[in-house]
Amino acid sequence: MRKNVLVRSIAALSGIVMLAGLAACGDNTASTSSNGSSSSATKSEPVSGDFQGAGASSQQAAVEAWIAGFQGNNPDAKIAYNPSGSGAGVSTFLTGATAWAGSDKALSDDEVSQSKAVCASGAAFDVPVYISPIAVVFNLKGVSDAGKHINMDASTIAKIFDGKITTWNDDAIQSQNKDLKLPATPITVVHRSDKSGTTQNFVSYFKDAAPNDWSYDLSENWPNSVGQGAKGTSGVISTVQQADGTIGYADFSQVGKLGTVAVKVGDSYNEISAEGGSKVIEDSKLDDTATGENRVVVKINHETEAKGAYPIVLVSYMIACPAYKDAKNAEFAKSWLTYVTSDDGQKAAQDAASSAPLPSSLTSKITKSIEAIKTK
Amino acid sequence: MSSQDTPVMQPAGGKTADKVFKGIAYACGILILVVLAAVFLFLFFRAWPLIGGDQSANSATISSFTGGKTNSFWGYVLPLLFGTVLVSILALLIAFFISIGIALFISHYAPKKIATGLSYVVDLLAAIPSVIYGLWGGLILVPAIYPFWNWVATYLGWIPLFAGPAANPQRTVATVAVVLAVMVLPIITSMSRDIFLQTPTLQQEAAYGLGATKWEMIKLAVIPFGKSGIVSASMLALGRALGETMAVLMILSPGLTYSIKLLQASQNQTIAANIAAQYPEANDLGVSTLIGTGLILFLITFVVNYAARKITEKASV
Repeated sequence: MRKNVLVRSIAALSGIVMLAGLAACGDNTASTSSNGSSSSATKSEPVSGDFQGAGASSQQAAVEAWIAGFQGNNPDAKIAYNPSGSGAGVSTFLTGATAWAGSDKALSDDEVSQSKAVCASGAAFDVPVYISPIAVVFNLKGVSDAGKHINMDASTIAKIFDGKITTWNDDAIQSQNKDLKLPATPITVVHRSDKSGTTQNFVSYFKDAAPNDWSYDLSENWPNSVGQGAKGTSGVISTVQQADGTIGYADFSQVGKLGTVAVKVGDSYNEISAEGGSKVIEDSKLDDTATGENRVVVKINHETEAKGAYPIVLVSYMIACPAYKDAKNAEFAKSWLTYVTSDDGQKAAQDAASSAPLPSSLTSKITKSIEAIKTK
Repeated sequence: MSSQDTPVMQPAGGKTADKVFKGIAYACGILILVVLAAVFLFLFFRAWPLIGGDQSANSATISSFTGGKTNSFWGYVLPLLFGTVLVSILALLIAFFISIGIALFISHYAPKKIATGLSYVVDLLAAIPSVIYGLWGGLILVPAIYPFWNWVATYLGWIPLFAGPAANPQRTVATVAVVLAVMVLPIITSMSRDIFLQTPTLQQEAAYGLGATKWEMIKLAVIPFGKSGIVSASMLALGRALGETMAVLMILSPGLTYSIKLLQASQNQTIAANIAAQYPEANDLGVSTLIGTGLILFLITFVVNYAARKITEKASV
């Protein structure tokens, strides 16, 4: 306890000193130097020290790849990520214990105003860093070998997951798959039993694309008692593998040998792919309800008709302050986010976690937000 | 003189040792009470926001846990409690008779060599960590047991407990109960075995003397003698089953109902497994809610132990 108080008072003191330094600088010099320092922070001047982050477990594989990549340029930086979950990550960030948070959902207005106490100035902002297509996986004897697909539109998927369609040879499925001979096997729905951003993003697709067939509120917990619940992505995958006639949803990277559902977009059925995930984000607008400086929050356009788009995606954010009480954290956050959202960083995540790269339409906005982090 | 001194000194030294030992024994006894009180206080204070905090925020938290199915604490914890007790009692029912059988076999039927070997194996079974049982149950037993449960659902489906259709995969209360039964089996077995072995030979011989067969002898002499031991062994086993987390978490497909349909998925969940499942993504209030459910589990184990004491007292009179 006492040590903590000491560290905090030192942090607060140095924050005050920094502010005084900033004020002395004046803004005409700051604007020119901020551009210069940001490029030097990422390229020539390596960051050093210990830095902590916490949050969404969905980002874990990508964050591990990013840490490895980042340390290639900054060998003296030690970075730890605690995949404690979005909610826990944000609340840890709001106590000031971590330099950044990962979260499967954007900050709430309440959280934004709370963050003013933690950031040296201004309020925290979120930028999308990780786009991951969510696969609808199934296991059906004779139909679902690796790489095989079955066609469904949003309303069919919603009805299956709501227990309205209960056998595989139901007309609704058969009519969309003329060339498949579907058996009369009962459908077993498999969903997450723990709180999960994947669940929330998955059901938000139903909410937008099949509102008449999905009456539940948005929530990170599965809303109905249809089928079976399993803990974590690995639990869902192993349960789907265990029996004939199962259907579930999971991160694209975990699909393995299971069959996936090709989702109807416009007039065609699109298979899951990283590019498809990027395309739907490219075709989406920013969420104008997320007010606050520098925030980049995507309102996923689930009803997209873009060619090749795959509309069921999870968008995960990183949350940071525009100014930190600790100068080292500021330097790190800027350099870290710059790397993560760069082409290199997105490539690393794609290799490690089969995520979809950030579309170019977003990167300029994201870069602008990151540039706003005050390092001096 | 010195030879006289020592016998005088020894009792004095013995007295100090006696005092020290008494002190240590007292300290140990008090320590366990302190630990218990500390656990209770921890649970109580961490769960306090549930009782004394903002009730609308609490409702919102619980509603987010259940996907909007309920927003009151009791609506949340009572089905969990029901599931916990249901799974534990089923496990105990399955394990009880098998355990007594094994214990009697070891104590009265098996040749010495086999008995020693079997005792060893049973004790070994108790040492396997629950996560191993969970993995075995989740990955091997769940798919393997489906044909059997499906048969049960088809032919015994008229009994409400076995109402079909049997879920496939069988991640159900029935399967969990089987795995938990295997886990508590060694506890009951080894304790009852020890008691059965202590049955006075005189009583056993007397039963034989009256012309009893071996089964009658066991009924007359061994079982009555071991009754209280069997009961306390069962209660210990029930305690273990009540708190079992990993195995349930890895096998059961959870639900929040008061259903007794053992062969259908997503019907019940236990408190311990629910805490483990929800904790990682819980916020502050969520953690308080989960700790509140833990407090209920803590109290229930107390009630179970108290009941066990009462039953044992009655049995031994």
